[in-house]
Amino acid sequence: MSELLRATAIGTDLTRVEGPAKVRGRAPYAYEHPLEEPLHLHPLCATIARGRVSSIDASAASALDGVVRVITHHDAPRLADTDDGELAILQDERIGFRGQYLGAVLAETPEIARQAADLVVIETDAEHHDAEFRPDHPGARAPEGGADDVRTGQFDTALAAAEIVLDQRYSTPIEHNNPMEPHTTSARWDGDTLTLWTSTQGAHPAKQTLAPILGIDPERLRIISPHVGGGFGSKGLPHADMMLAALAAQVVPGRAVKYAVTRQHMFAVTGYRAPTSQHVRIGARVDGTITAFGFDAVSMSSRTKEFPEQAIKPARQMYAGAHRHITQRVLPLDVAVPSWMRAPGEAPGMVGLEIAMDELADACDLDPIELRARNEPELDPDTGLPFNQRRLLDCLREGAERFGWAERDPRPRSHHQDGWLIGTGVASATYPAFRQPGSKALIRSVASGYEVAIGAADLGTGTWTALTQVAADALEVEPEQIQLAIGDTALPHATVAGGSTGLASWSAAVITAGRAFRREHGTSPAVGAESTGEAGKNPAAQELAMHSYGAHFGQVRIHEPTGEIRLDRMLGVFSAGRIINPRTARSQFIGGMTMGVGMALHEKGELDPRFGHVVNHDLAEYHVPVNADIREIEAHWLDEEDPQAGPLGARGIGEIGIVGAAAAIANAAHHATGVRVRELPVFGDAFLPR
Amino acid sequence: MGHPVHLVIDGQEHALTLDPRTTLLDALRDHLGNTSPKKGCDHGQCGACTVLVDGRRMNSCLLLAVTLDGAEVTTSDGLAGADELSELHQAFLDNDAFQCGYCTPGQICSAAGVLQEAADGRPSVITDDPPRADGPGPEQHDPPEFDRPVELTDEEIRERMSGNLCRCGAYVGIVDALRQLAGQEQR
Amino acid sequence: MKPFDYQRAEDPAAAVATVAARPGASFLAGGTNLVDHLKLGVTSPDLLVDLGRLDLADIEDLADGGLRIGAMVRNSDLAADPRVRRGYPVLSRALLSGASGQLRNAATTGGNLLQRTRCVYFQDTTTPCNKREPGSGCSALGGYTRYHAILGASEECIATHPSDLAVALTALEATVVVLGADGRQRIPVAELHRLPGDDPHLDTVLEHGDLITAVELPAPVPSQRSTYRKIRDRASYAFALVSVAAVLELDSSGPGPSIRAARLALGGVAHAPWRARRAEQALIGAPATREVFRQAAAAELEQARPVSGNEFKVPMAQGALVTVLSELARLPPERPAGPAADEGVAHE
Repeated sequence: MSELLRATAIGTDLTRVEGPAKVRGRAPYAYEHPLEEPLHLHPLCATIARGRVSSIDASAASALDGVVRVITHHDAPRLADTDDGELAILQDERIGFRGQYLGAVLAETPEIARQAADLVVIETDAEHHDAEFRPDHPGARAPEGGADDVRTGQFDTALAAAEIVLDQRYSTPIEHNNPMEPHTTSARWDGDTLTLWTSTQGAHPAKQTLAPILGIDPERLRIISPHVGGGFGSKGLPHADMMLAALAAQVVPGRAVKYAVTRQHMFAVTGYRAPTSQHVRIGARVDGTITAFGFDAVSMSSRTKEFPEQAIKPARQMYAGAHRHITQRVLPLDVAVPSWMRAPGEAPGMVGLEIAMDELADACDLDPIELRARNEPELDPDTGLPFNQRRLLDCLREGAERFGWAERDPRPRSHHQDGWLIGTGVASATYPAFRQPGSKALIRSVASGYEVAIGAADLGTGTWTALTQVAADALEVEPEQIQLAIGDTALPHATVAGGSTGLASWSAAVITAGRAFRREHGTSPAVGAESTGEAGKNPAAQELAMHSYGAHFGQVRIHEPTGEIRLDRMLGVFSAGRIINPRTARSQFIGGMTMGVGMALHEKGELDPRFGHVVNHDLAEYHVPVNADIREIEAHWLDEEDPQAGPLGARGIGEIGIVGAAAAIANAAHHATGVRVRELPVFGDAFLPR
Repeated sequence: MGHPVHLVIDGQEHALTLDPRTTLLDALRDHLGNTSPKKGCDHGQCGACTVLVDGRRMNSCLLLAVTLDGAEVTTSDGLAGADELSELHQAFLDNDAFQCGYCTPGQICSAAGVLQEAADGRPSVITDDPPRADGPGPEQHDPPEFDRPVELTDEEIRERMSGNLCRCGAYVGIVDALRQLAGQEQR
Repeated sequence: MKPFDYQRAEDPAAAVATVAARPGASFLAGGTNLVDHLKLGVTSPDLLVDLGRLDLADIEDLADGGLRIGAMVRNSDLAADPRVRRGYPVLSRALLSGASGQLRNAATTGGNLLQRTRCVYFQDTTTPCNKREPGSGCSALGGYTRYHAILGASEECIATHPSDLAVALTALEATVVVLGADGRQRIPVAELHRLPGDDPHLDTVLEHGDLITAVELPAPVPSQRSTYRKIRDRASYAFALVSVAAVLELDSSGPGPSIRAARLALGGVAHAPWRARRAEQALIGAPATREVFRQAAAAELEQARPVSGNEFKVPMAQGALVTVLSELARLPPERPAGPAADEGVAHE
């Protein structure tokens, strides 16, 4: 157990330190760093789902006034390592998915670059492709690296013998992260040194990934990313757009190349949440006690690069049940490469599981909160370890109190107003509490206070502010004395802002450095005095099952004659350890819940299997919630700290807000209408007369 | 192919020569170095590029700069003097009405438009028209008054701000910020 | 995007002459649709004639009590005009249901009528589309059809017209004033847009170079009630799955109110605003009851021919019609049946 950092600045609701620059629009995002006479890049992309490039005629494009270069696989710089099918672009004539990069035009203006790209004639030989996700597809198989199935006890026997049996299939669609800032990279080679001004959740991890592929010493690659316009996982792993900018810039040494992915193309090249199918089988006694627990998930992946959407993750530890059968399969197809999207695994996995629990509660004639109480495991069913701080029931009960759950008539269709049916629903939330080792922080005394340097990222998560507070407390000074620097590989190494690990991992380094600084330099340090600190491993992670929990409550209204569904209100309660900044934390929880509303009611990438791409690929046809979709949303948290999580006492909060949110809304829709929707999103058409 | 275009941006005059294909957004970002308005979709589907053109909020990504010769354009950066924040800026800060900040200058320009439109009595689709004889609602024969300011209820704010997407999900804070400026109690 | 020349029009006749004489020329009004399509490569004009400074931005009273709306009147200005709000609530609400505040400040009356379909395949130049490239095929058939037609479509095209304004103007029996190379003509709005047939590349009956200069509204009947309801996948800033524009005149002289006149139009369901004449026929002279409204809606939707993936729009359109008519007749909202027994886990 770590010695907890004493809270003085942390726990206060400091306004965002970079906020004044952001509200005016002066904080520079990737596209906005002033660079001298940049060239503009427009990509050439595959318009078939599988096959080969047979010829490219760039003569008309090259002849256009203002065009500087057209690069294709014929003349692009060679990569040192082509094992990563997503990043190894422009190396051969193979086409693995529609939208894949085949080349790029570099021109003096963005208008000319776009015009020239249209003039490049690319001939292809199409091959038969398969882009239709079907859970019963014979190609579904264990993920690369082997199956991680759970087979405990006698599942089939226990299921067959159960008094109550639930056997249902649930599905979640393709979802797209769609951060408001499109993925953008400006690249410039100066001799053998490459600089990327980009938008990333992890400058150092991106450097470590890209440098070996480019065949350069990581110290010759600098990545600068002080402000990130949202990511939600899509800027966690570097995608091919960064590689394209880097390769293109290599052919025009000394000149910066700017490339902002178009919104439409983001749907193909910047990752997305893969669709899943979830087969849930639960055997229970009439009192609701689960005896047999089965969860079999299949997710779509890409033949270009595998990414399993591990929908089974939450099912492994959420509820008790002696006999268990849990499997994850992937189906690789000729489609774009999926990747991280907020709470990968947990977000889709808690859709099937938490709707199933609602159905089981109905079948047992139990309140859904009571059903969960009856299935609280004493030890983690997955690892057999004790939990660090499992307060799921506290969240459910506090939420029920705040939401007014007791006044609910549990019968479906029992509430209506002005011709609209009204329903309420509940679901659990969970997310693992990881902390990554290896981040380093440097603290230096300056005349006005302390410079704190660490290559961390702020993608709207509040890092600029929260890490300032952490540093202030680590040094026992006021936040005003801290000058934080983040988002640059010239700063000490930092791990990725992903998996809700960022703040806890970076803070471990900052706290270590702060304590070292005081030890080494006392409270009246000379200007220029400096100390470093590195985050170690969390030893508790070997002995405890580390998770956060929460509860979502939602209320929807549905107008059956027209099939309209609207969210009335939502309330979440979370147990996530110590809250560093209540202002930014509340925003992050609510933001996750808001994305959960989109997941529940709006978002679906429509993959047309005939073409192999998502056809509703823009923000008019792919719907994320607008302001009018979000009415009352409240987020609360349990007042607690988790010393097992590290000196900060905090577990991450970036993802748990979305986990379970969609299920709570789907369950509310069932309560409103009596219609059970098992396929997200819950479009209102499900409630129309048939 | 260059066309002369004269624009007043955040109070400063600019004489430009532009490709007719250049949008106001690209003119600001690529030619004038004013990166306050953001490019989120480039097709009028997100609102991140919202600026005020002659006082009216518009998507700068869908305006060809060449059509705007003589126009006055205000970005979020131009809503306050160099070293100060406007009331709107401050309300967004105080209510944590943003996270990543990328949609924020567009939200703020849109909010400025919303406040003015409501003060001018302009309706939204959910504005209850004053009672009248010819529409749904109770029979009433007094002439409706259409020039009264529209009260910015939370529902009005949400509907009117719906042209600005925020993927971080800061809508709750955005409504708080506008409510504060509109002088309404929570309702 | 291909380069194009740019001219600022000085007067309507000259603008028409310029565009009519050059096959690759286009008018530019608010630009909210055209600039979008320039970037997508859906259209590639070689000359844009900018209508922005033409004197077509006024709303004038007509001698007969109607209104003449200049083609360059912005959507937001038209929706806020007291004469429109008072006399034509259906029009104001339709406009305010469309797009966003920013877009409505730029989009114009004429441009809105001529906006093109939101069919995702039409907007994606990498997929076949008979509307964009005649003869290349219809990708929507057999594809993503949620926003596609259930009425009046053809084997060549199942796209829908996305305008809300046009649906309201259809129900109001408005007239479009068009200036062409051969002079001025007046076209009922209901005849402006075409069904796709074998020529889906033609959205309207206008010839190249024809310029909409104004839209004229007939005088409102004092007892007329009107409204617009848009059903969509999010609460705002989304295109219609189904929309209804309704203008109703009730006769309250009898024991219960009956319907003297009804003009109905549906949006989101066809290649053109869909005048629901069969429903109107079923309504006229009938008592204003929900059962009559149901029968009228059913009579209209009997002709619906949904495709795989948009079958739901038939009951949605029916329900929307009944809801809107009930609201205009001031019937209380229909009480949903319930509480129904939960059919439990087996319920589908």
